[in-house]
Amino acid sequence: MVRVQLPYHLRNLARVSSEVELEVAAPVTVARVLDALEAAYPMLRGTIRDHASKQRRAYLRYFACQQDISFEPTDAPLPAAVAEGREPLIVMGAIAGG
Amino acid sequence: MPNVRVLIGTHKGAFIATSDAGRKNWNISGPFFGGLPIYHLKGSPLNPDRIWASQTDDWFGQVVHRSDDGGKTWAAIGNEFAYASKPGTHQWYDGTPHPWDFKRVWHFEPSYHDADTLYAGVEDAALFKSTDGGATWAELAGLRDHRTGSQWMPGAGGLCLHTIILDPQNPQRIVTAISAAGAFRSDDGGETWKTITKGLKSNFLPDPEAEVGHCVHHIAMHPSHPNVLFMQKHWDVMRSDDAGDTWREISGNLPSDFGFVVDIHAHDPQTIYVVPIKSDSEHYPPDGKLRVYRSKGGDEWEALTQGLPQKDCYVNVLRDAMAVDTLDECGVYFGTTGGQVYVSPDGGDNWLAIAENLPAVKSVEVQTLK
Repeated sequence: MVRVQLPYHLRNLARVSSEVELEVAAPVTVARVLDALEAAYPMLRGTIRDHASKQRRAYLRYFACQQDISFEPTDAPLPAAVAEGREPLIVMGAIAGG
Repeated sequence: MPNVRVLIGTHKGAFIATSDAGRKNWNISGPFFGGLPIYHLKGSPLNPDRIWASQTDDWFGQVVHRSDDGGKTWAAIGNEFAYASKPGTHQWYDGTPHPWDFKRVWHFEPSYHDADTLYAGVEDAALFKSTDGGATWAELAGLRDHRTGSQWMPGAGGLCLHTIILDPQNPQRIVTAISAAGAFRSDDGGETWKTITKGLKSNFLPDPEAEVGHCVHHIAMHPSHPNVLFMQKHWDVMRSDDAGDTWREISGNLPSDFGFVVDIHAHDPQTIYVVPIKSDSEHYPPDGKLRVYRSKGGDEWEALTQGLPQKDCYVNVLRDAMAVDTLDECGVYFGTTGGQVYVSPDGGDNWLAIAENLPAVKSVEVQTLK
């Protein structure tokens, strides 16, 4: 199972209290994880990436194994630790005040 | 069961206030979608328990919520607003062409005739329609494809379609307003559109007869008098008696004719309300006094002050933040950027606060419940 950590407001929107676990077929990539996430939680469509272009929303970043992978190709394989569920894929929102 | 339900969109969530017909004792529920900007909420006139809410921010984009139990519970519904035709360009602030790009829903307008049909006014300016309760959206592209579309330029708040007026007697007629493009009317259900800006004067436009470029802040129509429209423009309060074909200024003795809101008494289509704001550079009431002004048709205005702060008040009232109920004695409501929501249960003579410490209020709508 692939684990995904979502920011607070997306956890509320998806009505989950902690990490989400998803079945994702190999090779596990950001695009495949997000496909599985949006299939399981359709209310998240459009909130992490654009409906049509699939481009990441500018104020969100993807992290895996302490690395910012936001600018890696979304069809690149994720680290084995993420694919095997030992580490989560983290979707993180930009920090802001006000 | 309450007689009145007030739907309040704020910068940090939505709130719902309810009261009996006295409108003196209020219960407030919320925040719903706490911490997130809620631009607008509106209920179906056919099924008041069906309410739509627009949540929009730079982090997670557009989310549309719908409640079918009067706001107790909510579900996220369709949030894909894809322009129907190749988006093309409008003018950017510096006059250069800029690609059309969806940003947010500013306003929902549910149909008078079908509880599954509603319209959404969006930024960058376009009109969308749903016939399945908001699950899916289709653009009425005739508006954005208007021959003037490439000349439209955003105001400081963005190129937003913020006003949608439906004619309950004629489902084919729709009036929209866009900042800072102007006002438009369709008489064929939204397929084709004409500008309705004749008589508008905007000092920042070099051409005194400019067809587009007017920063229309809001338009109001009484459902029993669909040919009479009242407009609060960037500057100037305007009136049309021919469904927008021509306009004349009715600012009269207002202390400032800059402002955002305009609304109409529920039972007297000639009685109108505005909240003057000092200027386009100073977005707060003149002299620190929060005053609603009331007029019979325009030109002659009276200040309504009883119960409103008359010193040290420096808040704004945004374009969708005034509404009226339809109880026997019409109630008038407005919200401020200082988080206050006021009601006058007697048509404007006396005011009291429903809430005083909410986040900045973006919109106020009222439902009169049977």
